[in-house]
Amino acid sequence: MTTAELTALLIRDLGLIRPELALAGFALAATLVGAIAGPRSSGLVGNIGVLTLLAAGVLALIDRPDAPVQGFFDSIVVDGFAAYAKAAIAFSAAFTLMLGQEFFARAKDDRYEFAILTVLAVLGMFIMVSANDLITLYLGIELQSLSAYVLAAWRRDESRSSEAGLKYFVLGALSSGLLLYGASLVYGFSGSVGFDAIAKAAENGAGNVGLVFGLVFMICGLAFKLAAAPFHMWTPDVYEGAPTPVTALFAAAPKLAAIALLARLLFDPFAALTPQWQQVVAAIAALSLAVGSLIALAQTSLKRLMAYSSIANMGFALVAVSAGGQAGAAAALIYMTIYLPTTIGIFALILAMRRDGEMLETIDDLAGVASRRPWIAAAMTVLLFSIAGIPPVAGFWGKWFAFSAAWNAGLVWLVALAAIATVIAAAYYLNIIRVMWMAPPKAVYQTAGPAVIITAGIGALLCFPVLWVAIGWVEYWATLAARQSF
Amino acid sequence: MSAAPMTLSAAAPVLDATSAVGGFGLLSAMTFLPLAAALLIMAARMMARGESKAIDGLARVIALIATLATLALNLYALTLFQPSLPSLQLVEDLPWVAGIRYSMGVDSLSMALLLLTNFLMPICILASHAIDKQVSAYMILFLVLHTLMQGVFCAQDIVLFYAFFEGGLIPMFILIGVWGGKNRVYAAFKFFLYTLLGSILMLVAIVAMALTAKTTSIAGLTAYAQSIGFDPQWQIWLWLAFFASFAVKMPMWPVHTWLPDAHVEAPTAGSVILAGVLLKLGGYGFLRFSLPMFPEASAYFTPLVFVLSVIAIIYASLVAFRQTDIKKLIAYSSVAHMGFVTMGIFAGGPEGVQGAIFQMLSHGVISGALFLCVGVIYDRMHTREIAFYGGLVHRMPVYAAIFVLFTMGNVGLPLTSGFVGEILTMTGVFKVNAWVAAGAASGVILSAVYALTLTRKVIFGTLDNPKLHDITDLNGREWAMFVPLALAMLILGVAPMLALNFTAPVAELIVAQFGLIAAGAP
Repeated sequence: MTTAELTALLIRDLGLIRPELALAGFALAATLVGAIAGPRSSGLVGNIGVLTLLAAGVLALIDRPDAPVQGFFDSIVVDGFAAYAKAAIAFSAAFTLMLGQEFFARAKDDRYEFAILTVLAVLGMFIMVSANDLITLYLGIELQSLSAYVLAAWRRDESRSSEAGLKYFVLGALSSGLLLYGASLVYGFSGSVGFDAIAKAAENGAGNVGLVFGLVFMICGLAFKLAAAPFHMWTPDVYEGAPTPVTALFAAAPKLAAIALLARLLFDPFAALTPQWQQVVAAIAALSLAVGSLIALAQTSLKRLMAYSSIANMGFALVAVSAGGQAGAAAALIYMTIYLPTTIGIFALILAMRRDGEMLETIDDLAGVASRRPWIAAAMTVLLFSIAGIPPVAGFWGKWFAFSAAWNAGLVWLVALAAIATVIAAAYYLNIIRVMWMAPPKAVYQTAGPAVIITAGIGALLCFPVLWVAIGWVEYWATLAARQSF
Repeated sequence: MSAAPMTLSAAAPVLDATSAVGGFGLLSAMTFLPLAAALLIMAARMMARGESKAIDGLARVIALIATLATLALNLYALTLFQPSLPSLQLVEDLPWVAGIRYSMGVDSLSMALLLLTNFLMPICILASHAIDKQVSAYMILFLVLHTLMQGVFCAQDIVLFYAFFEGGLIPMFILIGVWGGKNRVYAAFKFFLYTLLGSILMLVAIVAMALTAKTTSIAGLTAYAQSIGFDPQWQIWLWLAFFASFAVKMPMWPVHTWLPDAHVEAPTAGSVILAGVLLKLGGYGFLRFSLPMFPEASAYFTPLVFVLSVIAIIYASLVAFRQTDIKKLIAYSSVAHMGFVTMGIFAGGPEGVQGAIFQMLSHGVISGALFLCVGVIYDRMHTREIAFYGGLVHRMPVYAAIFVLFTMGNVGLPLTSGFVGEILTMTGVFKVNAWVAAGAASGVILSAVYALTLTRKVIFGTLDNPKLHDITDLNGREWAMFVPLALAMLILGVAPMLALNFTAPVAELIVAQFGLIAAGAP
């Protein structure tokens, strides 16, 4: 290839990654601004960061191609699936960044690096969902994880936060090792890191033990990032130790990125090995449902409870993924689309209920919110019923599509198990609602800032009635995205 | 899925002017009117910045007007409705998501239960006078519940039905848990989790049916079941999943244990809605889904249902006799009366099905009235212990008359509506299985035993308790609650053909759908 041809190719490929360029450009520019202007620039940097995230999400949607396009010598792929996931990731991260800016400004602990790290984490997630070979996949995961480790330890003077960061880092490194080991096996047995070549190898030697071995290791590594049982051990401690807005970030966008990456890995290069990985993913889903629902029953800390709730929710998303194919991909996207506003909204409301400058820690601290702050209680009730999957709140649709996809794939036992997990999970969500509505009020709550109110309000309104009524629209786009990509 | 006009079965493609498919219309307006009123109360509250006496009063007035307006809309819908046709009428049908449609419509079964719901709701609002904390939130939840309950009967898509069906749990949970009695939290949890476990199994079955029949419209599923039919092996499981949900709602023995707790702890109006409307969802579900969609499985399980029904009738009556709490006694009597409904439905003949529908309407009126009767003295004395009362006739003659009247209805005295339902279901069952009918008949005697004992202890005798000396008789608001109920009970009792003719075409259709395939069943 001549230089001119290479330049033309480079320019074409750069056009494919406009959202990523926006994020990276912001990160670099903001670092420079922050270094020059110092801590007082944090507000400005944060606001521009929010706008950049929103712009990246919109750009991803605008640039959505009708058929998958590969770039950078087939190391990335841009398609409807990636565009949908990127938009959802960027929008949800924008809200969590907004929450974080307000939280740290109130705590007089605002530093401009927060926005930069959040944006870099999102950049990592964007690369994850667009990965088309094993190297890009690892690159994306590491960029996202390294940013997340730092964010978890954000309050470095606080022992719990440091502990969370350290724990996350050590265990995260272990899971990266598992992933790399699996990737090396896959590379060794297929002779390539590219997804297309791996797909060919899997088709030709379907059932090749080495390939399956590598795949299982990779699934384990990704399950760790997803916080799916039995790789969930870090979740409660990290969720509890990290500052609440950071927990909100962890609970939302990276989960979608990991689900999307897992779906791409399983449905694209390893489509030929569906019978093999289906058992593994279904088992992980079943374990996550069981662990998430049962252990959550015993929790008293709000954030630990949400950690187990997210484990159970990943179980539901994996039920959708284990169905495989377009139906599974669409169901997973729909599930996550509803999960994101629900979970961010819940964390925003946890942030909203401060008293005497202290954050709420335990479920009992919520006592009697309904009589003191009825709107907050109403919004929280809607969000909790949504995450529990009770109609007529949007969460029901996520379960409906996940159940349908899994049933169609013949995973009847998994659907039955997920149904039972729904009832068990309902018990602890109901417990929160009980404390809010039926326990005598304890204390006066302080007023919440605008970012919290906006985020919680949007989350609650999305769960009911917006997504409930407009679910047809979500379903259309998710199905289209899945059809154009797999 | 096509937008084909909705008819109940492929065999009866009757269409007329009122069956024309349209967008949003009368049924939606009626269903969502209470929700709009709830939003109005919310807006008023938001404007007034918090709780105040004025907002409470306003909330009560808005709720009463909204429920009355809904009743008026329902009566208007009745004038457009042609009961002689078994087909769906006033149909609305819009695409929603992935083949699931927003599809509303009524046949005479739905219409009858809708009328019952809308008839009871204004009375419930009147009965909520004693609520004094967070009145606006209470009214909002009640209006939301009203919308959901109407939706259950109007929905003609199984997913839409499920959404309304299960959505009703949310307001009911909070109503019991916040405004209930001493043990309200326990009761609310028991109610919610019991019902959720039942209905989540039904959800799995719905997923399976939708994927098999490639449609979620109730008419489409029924047509599929009648023409091709669900695989008999699967039908057993599907039937059991639906049964789990409806048996809990009904409630049938042995999954009835949530009901006494929920009833006792719920506020009076909550009890009325529970007994009057929510319990009817089980019977409605059996008639709408189990019988037409799984005829073979229904026939297969009929003996089971008979046994459970007879146990419910006899056991619940005996338990009722031993209660010391008036509300709990009436709750157990509800379990017994619902036994007649399940028995009649699964007898499968025209008498049984007609009797079951009639019994549901009659029980809605009578048990609702009895719970209101308990509410009247509870509001005055704040206890429901039978031993506390006695000789009320000396201080409250009008109340005593009302109480005795509805007790007679509960016992099934001829010329009250209770009699018609019981005699019809027993006739229906007698044709199928005389022993079951004999068991049920003994339950009628037992119901007289506990109901008359209750009346003797509470109403008659000497007025021993000094606290009762100043108890006052019914006031105007309470008159307004009881008169319509008494009229309804007597009219249905004296002229049952009004209701029976109304529901006959649908009952015949259900009997045919069940009987064509299940012919020769035990």
